[in-house]
Amino acid sequence: MKVGVVSFPGSLDDGDAARAVRLAGAEAVRLWHGDDALRDVDAVVLPGGFSYGDYLRCGAIARFAPVMAPLVDAARGGLPVLGICNGFQVLCESHLLPGALIRNDHRKFNCVDQELEVANAATVWTSGYSAGQRVVVPLKNGEGGYVADDATLDRLEAEGRVVVRYVGDNPNGSYRSIAGITNERGNVVGLMPHPEHAVEELTGPSTDGLTFFTSVLSAAVSA
Amino acid sequence: MTAETVSETVKQAEATPEVEQPYRELGLEDDEYARIREILGRRPTSSELAMYSVMWSEHCSYKSSKVHLRQFSRTASEGSVGSSALLVGIGENAGVVDIGDGWAVTFKVESHNHPSYVEPYQGSATGVGGIVRDIMSMGARPVAVMDPLRFGPADAEDTRRVLPGVVAGIGGYGNCLGLPNVGGEVVFDPSYAGNPLVNALCAGVMRHDQIKLAHASGAGNLVVLFGAATGGDGIGGVSVLASETFDEAHPTKRPAVQVGDPFMEKVLIECCLDLFAADLVVGIQDLGGAGLSCATSELASNGDGGMTVWLDRVPLRDSSLRPEEILMSESQERMCAVVEPAKIDAFLGICARWDVLATVIGEVDGSGRLTVQWHGETIVDVPPRTVAHEGPVYERPYVRPSWQDALQADDPSSLPRAATADELRATVLRMVASPNLASKSWVTDQYDRYVLGNTVLAQPEDSGVVRVDESSNLGIALATDGNGRFAKLDPYAGAQLALSEAYRNVAVTGARPLAVTDCLNFGSPEDPDVMWQFAEATRGLADGCLELGVPVTGGNVSFYNQTGDVAINPTPVVGVLGVLADVRRRVPMGFAAADEVVVLLGETRDELAGSEWAHEVHGHLGGLPPRVDLAAEQALASLMADVAAGGIVTAAHDVSDGGLAQTLVEMALRRGVGATVSLGGVAGGDAFVALFAESVARAVVTVPADRVADLESSAATYGVRVTRLGTTGRDTLVLGELDLPVGELRAASERTLPALFG
Repeated sequence: MKVGVVSFPGSLDDGDAARAVRLAGAEAVRLWHGDDALRDVDAVVLPGGFSYGDYLRCGAIARFAPVMAPLVDAARGGLPVLGICNGFQVLCESHLLPGALIRNDHRKFNCVDQELEVANAATVWTSGYSAGQRVVVPLKNGEGGYVADDATLDRLEAEGRVVVRYVGDNPNGSYRSIAGITNERGNVVGLMPHPEHAVEELTGPSTDGLTFFTSVLSAAVSA
Repeated sequence: MTAETVSETVKQAEATPEVEQPYRELGLEDDEYARIREILGRRPTSSELAMYSVMWSEHCSYKSSKVHLRQFSRTASEGSVGSSALLVGIGENAGVVDIGDGWAVTFKVESHNHPSYVEPYQGSATGVGGIVRDIMSMGARPVAVMDPLRFGPADAEDTRRVLPGVVAGIGGYGNCLGLPNVGGEVVFDPSYAGNPLVNALCAGVMRHDQIKLAHASGAGNLVVLFGAATGGDGIGGVSVLASETFDEAHPTKRPAVQVGDPFMEKVLIECCLDLFAADLVVGIQDLGGAGLSCATSELASNGDGGMTVWLDRVPLRDSSLRPEEILMSESQERMCAVVEPAKIDAFLGICARWDVLATVIGEVDGSGRLTVQWHGETIVDVPPRTVAHEGPVYERPYVRPSWQDALQADDPSSLPRAATADELRATVLRMVASPNLASKSWVTDQYDRYVLGNTVLAQPEDSGVVRVDESSNLGIALATDGNGRFAKLDPYAGAQLALSEAYRNVAVTGARPLAVTDCLNFGSPEDPDVMWQFAEATRGLADGCLELGVPVTGGNVSFYNQTGDVAINPTPVVGVLGVLADVRRRVPMGFAAADEVVVLLGETRDELAGSEWAHEVHGHLGGLPPRVDLAAEQALASLMADVAAGGIVTAAHDVSDGGLAQTLVEMALRRGVGATVSLGGVAGGDAFVALFAESVARAVVTVPADRVADLESSAATYGVRVTRLGTTGRDTLVLGELDLPVGELRAASERTLPALFG
C-alpha cells in the first residue's frame, strides 16, 4: 500500500508522517505541493506545519496549491485522507470538512501530551481503536481551537462524526472539546493532535498514534 | 536625485583627503580611524568607513576578548579525548565534532541580549534565526535548539514585559522552523533587571564529507546572495553616515532590531540542504551581524584570492537604501555562497524550486582585494583581511575588584537555618515554589519538542537527547548551564562550575561528554573590574576544559550587559555536547517504578554560599562557591556511562540548584512516583546541609534491588561514594521526618510561573 505525504513549503511534520506510515508497514510516497497528480497513492496524509508560513489564516493559501485539486477530487471519491494539525486546517479551508480552527483561547502556542477519547472507531483512520478508548498523543499548536456554528456541531455529533475529543481540561477552547472530525463518508479525517509523534516508545509519550496509520492499512487490505 | 549619484567613490576619497568623517559616531576611536587611513593610504570612502566601523566593533571583532579567548585553543590541541574528535575548531561559524559512524555534529551558543530587551519578540526570534544559519553554514541540517534565558526578578514589572515576548518569539520562530526545542534554562536574578540574557544554542548534523567552510576560493567562481531581499533592518549606527552625507528629507530612522520571517528561514534550510546534497557549493556564509560587510569580507579573507561585488545587483525591499546601508543591513534569512560557474544553473534551479530569490552579486578573483562596485564606480577597495580578521586587539586593563575580598568574606554560615521538621518542610516547599526552581513548563510548553521525531529526552530532563541515526540509534546529548552568583563570588571557579554542571547533566543521561561551546555574558570591558571577571572566567573555563578533555569548539562573547555603572553578575553559559552510542540506553530523570533503591552518588559538604537557598530565603550572596572537583566529575561521568550502557540504573538526576531536596522532588514529580528516603547517611546526619547544600559531582540514581551490588562495584572502581537513601514508591516523598505528598509538591511547583505570567 502506498500512502502519499504532501509537503508544502513550511510543512514541518512531513518526515514524521512518512516515518509513521513506514512503521505501520506501508510505503510512504512524498508528494510536492506543485504536483498536479497523486502518483497512484492509496491514501494521503496532509502533515503539520505552517504551510506557506500561514501568515494569513492557517491553510488558506495551501488550499490553492496545485496538488490540492486532484486531492480534493479524490477525497470526494472516497480516497482516505488524514489531515493532522495544519493538515486539518487545510481540510477545513478546502471545505472537505466543516468548521474552522482559530487561535487558542489562551493565546499561546501549547505543546503537551494530550489525553484523547476516540469517539468514532469506524472511520478508515480509526478502525483499529475501540470506541471510547483513551489514548495519549502530543498536541502542539497555536491555532487549534475548533469552531463551527451550533447547527454544524449538532449535526456532527448526531451523525457520529466527532472522531476524537479532548479529555480533561480543554487545551485550546475547542467547541465541545472536539479534537478531530470526519466527513459523511468517513474517509476524510482531520485532527489537531499529532498521532505521528506517538509511534515509537523512544520518542513519543506512547505508541497510541500508530493505530491511525495501521487502521488505513487494514482498511485497504480488507477493501 | 537618485541613489547612484550620491555614493562616494574611491576616486573621490583620494581627491578629498581633508573631508572630515563621522567615525566617532560610528564607534571608531581616533587611533582606529588613523589605522584605516594607514591601511588604505588614503581616507576611506563612506562605504569603507561603514564596513570597517561595523567589522571592528566589539561584537564582530572581539577586540577586547581576543587576547583571552586565545587560551581556548589549547583545550583543543593537547591530545584529549575530545580534541581527537574535533573536525573543525574555533574560528569558523561553528565547531564540528566527530561522533562516530561517519557522522559529525556542529553546535554553538550565541547571545541576542540587547535586541531582546529592546524588542523581546523579534529580538529573541532573530536570535534563534541567526544561530540556526550559523549551523547551516557548516553544511549541517539543524536538528535541535535550546535557549538559556536570564531575567530580572520574576515579579518585576519589566520582567513581565520582557519574558512573555522573549518566550513567544523563540516559540514563534523556532516552532515555525520545525526544530525541536530540547532544553535550556530560565533563571531570575536582580542583576539581570534591564539586562536580560537571551542566549540561543543550535546543533546540526551532517556526514563528514558534507562539512562546508566560509571560504571564497577559485578565481572565476561566482558569489551568490540568496534568501530574503535586503531591507533597512538593523542598520543602526550607519544612519549617521546617511544623515550627514545626504539630504535631510531622506528617511534615516530605521528599525535597529531586525524583523524575522521564520517561513523564509525554513525554506532556506531546505534549499541549502538540497544545494549541499547536490554538491553545488564551494563555500558558504550566513548573513548575520554586519550583513554583507561581514559575509563578503570573511569569505574573501578566508579564500585564496580576492573578490569583486556588484552591490547594485543586491535585491532590495527598500529601493531608497544607500550602498553604505546595503553593506550594513542586518536583514534576516540571507545566505551567501561561492559557486563554480559550471554549477550556477543547477544552483539557481534548486533555489527556484524553493521559490528562494538568488542573485549573482560578485565573483572571486586573484586580486587579493575586496572591491565593491556601485553602478560602475568603485566604492570599496580594501584588503579583506584588514576588515575581517586584522581588526584592533586590545589588552584592556583589569584588576581584581576592591570589593571582592569583602564579598568572599561575607560567608552565609551566620544565616539562620531551618532546624525543626516543620521549618525544614516549609523551606522545601518554599524552595520548590521559588521562581528559579519552580516548574518551567509555562515557558517550555510554548516550544515544540516533538518535531522531527528524534527527540528522546527534552526539558525538564537534565539534557536534551536527540537521535541522529535511526538505523544505529546513535545520538547526542546537549545541556547548557551557568551560575552568575557563583561566578560573581569567584569568576574562575564560577566558570568551572558552569562547565561542571553542564558536563554532569550530559553525563547523567549516560552520554559521553565530548565538546564545549560557550556564551560569555559580561558587563563593560572598559571597566577593569568586569575585565578581571572576564579574564578569570576564560582562564577558569580553559583550564577546566583541558582537565576534563573537552575542547571549546566556539561560542560568543556579549559585553556591555550593564545599566549605568552596574554590571550583571558575570555569566559564562557553558554548553556541553555528549554522544550516546545507543540512545535507547539513555537514562531519564524520573522515578520510574516502585520498590527501586534510591542512591546518592558523590560527597555532600556544608556548601551553601551562592546557593539557591541563600538567594531565595535570605537574599544573600557572599562567601566562596562550592569547591570545584573536576576529577570527581570525571569519575561520576565514567561511572554513569558504564551503568547506563549496562542497563543498571533506571533513573538518574544531577544534584545542583536547590540541593538534594530539589533533586528528589523533581524525580518524584516527573512521573508522579514518590520515594521514602533517609538523610542520616548524608552530610554527617545534618539534615539541613543534606537537603540544601550545592556540592558538585553528585547525582541521585535508582536501581532495581538486585542490581545494587553491580552499582556499588562500578562505583568502587571509579572511587565514587555511594549512599543508599531509600526506596521508591507511593505518591509521597518522605525525606527523613518530612512527609511531602507529590500532589502538594506539584501544586507548589506548577503554580508559580502561571501566577506571574498568566
